[in-house]
Amino acid sequence: MAKTYQEINDRIRGGEVVVVTAEEMIDVVDEKGPAGAAAQVDVVTTGTFAPMCSSGALINFGHSTPRIRASEGWLNDVPAYGGLAAVDLYIGATAVVEGDPLNAQHPGEFRYGGGHVIEELVAGKDVRLRASGYGTDCYPRRELDTWINIQDLNECTLLNPRNCYQNYSVAVNLNEERDIYTYMGVLKRDLGNANYCSAGQLSPLLNDPYYRTIGIGSRIFLGGAEGYVFWPGTQHNPTAARAGNGVPKGGAGTLAVVGDMKQMDPQWMVGVSMYGYGVSLTVGIGTAIPILDEEMALYTAVKDEDIVAPIVDYSRGYPYNEGGPLGYVDYKRLRSGSIQINGREVPTGSLSSYPKARQIAGILKDWIQRGEFLLSEPVQQIPSADSGVSFKPLRERPVQPEVS
Amino acid sequence: MATRRVVLRYPRHLIDEPVVSHLVKNYDLELNILRANITPESEGLLVVGLEGSEENLRQGLAWTRDQGVAVEPLERDVVRDEDRCNHCGACLTICPTEALYREVATQEVHFDSDRCVACELCVPACPPRAMKVEF
Ligand code: SF4
Ligand code: SF4
Repeated sequence: MAKTYQEINDRIRGGEVVVVTAEEMIDVVDEKGPAGAAAQVDVVTTGTFAPMCSSGALINFGHSTPRIRASEGWLNDVPAYGGLAAVDLYIGATAVVEGDPLNAQHPGEFRYGGGHVIEELVAGKDVRLRASGYGTDCYPRRELDTWINIQDLNECTLLNPRNCYQNYSVAVNLNEERDIYTYMGVLKRDLGNANYCSAGQLSPLLNDPYYRTIGIGSRIFLGGAEGYVFWPGTQHNPTAARAGNGVPKGGAGTLAVVGDMKQMDPQWMVGVSMYGYGVSLTVGIGTAIPILDEEMALYTAVKDEDIVAPIVDYSRGYPYNEGGPLGYVDYKRLRSGSIQINGREVPTGSLSSYPKARQIAGILKDWIQRGEFLLSEPVQQIPSADSGVSFKPLRERPVQPEVS
Repeated sequence: MATRRVVLRYPRHLIDEPVVSHLVKNYDLELNILRANITPESEGLLVVGLEGSEENLRQGLAWTRDQGVAVEPLERDVVRDEDRCNHCGACLTICPTEALYREVATQEVHFDSDRCVACELCVPACPPRAMKVEF
């Protein structure tokens, strides 16, 4: 007996909806079986809280007098992209503050950048805007230097081209001599540690492995407010290898998401510094999965022990595309504190916060129970395993010198 | 009861003397060795946490000094901004003393400042920079 979005939303409005988190759903399905669980549960909520580099904010700061066409802009001295209309700027999460020594003295600390500006905007702090233009008849002004606040901006929109990776590699360092500093954290020499980054059994796309209920137009939890999926994320790779339960065995699907930063909470939008690598933004995302039928009940009951991730060497394997994974390991094992690699015990660390993912799934559950969050059916599905869409490496073609 | 974290520096000739075990026994102190670094060539370095009554701690450390061991308080403290820590776990394999550790059941990352030797390794390795040096 299948359910529709309409029926579930009616139950939300009527205050009789049954919502559980993806963690709680494991027990429900264990007890009642998928059919029983599908009959009982209407919605399963998920969560994830991790650095997501492909994030940024689109702002429109309003026209000054006289007007300026801001071809270049800086927010708290972090460069923003101005190749848009006059007073639109896009600030990316990984842009580093001007004058930062970067990795001149390796490893650099990367104390401040776009991710931090986004957090401060969301927190309602004043941010310094500088802009310059080349001057035109309609936009004569050349320089602007002012304080701005999110409340005074026309729009302040989080516009993230790729978030919410369906699964991810476990990063290690096989180099015996040198610690390395990566976007997966500090990796100690000679298999000194292994860092993973996924909410596993709580993660949005791992609970809907074929994207049956998430697509363009899906309403989600984004940074403490409502947001939407607007497209498949960049590098969306639905044809990645999958295990028997349909769950990809490594990075696969991704989502592009959008939301109003004025409604967000800085607790869920945190600027981070990756030692020796750069800056980024930790983003909180949660989804509400309608339990349309038995199949969705089964998918949302996925457990950490049923999700595997490839172990990848970040000293050669990743940067130079050498060799394949060193093996696969499941998330239950990863969360236990150590894993076995090549017969050795390697301690694990992580970048994705499981406690925060759990909290997000709980908040979303609460919103739905209180009738404040309705599910939206995707207006268009995103490509799934049968689409033929895959993630291609760059094929470089030699550039010939121009003949005159 | 009071706790004190101190750095003990031994000159070479004292390394084999059981100064610490006397200190603990004679002054009724509890000992937690946070970091030990003793090589035959150089002086010995021991970072310890001591717990006992104020009086015993004072007397015991005075006695230790009399033995020729340099006693210095652990001056810098590394503290955690609890609101800023998001329990990600990026620090777990960086901390050499397991002052930062994860509770497997909840997956929360705890900070036990008594085990911290203020090595500061976690400070730049914590992505939201929740670990801070205090003087
Ligand atoms: S790295 Fe920082 S934020 Fe993450 S668990 Fe450790 S102290 Fe907390
Ligand atoms: S300073 Fe940080 S890394 Fe060093 S012992 Fe203390 S908690 Fe651990």
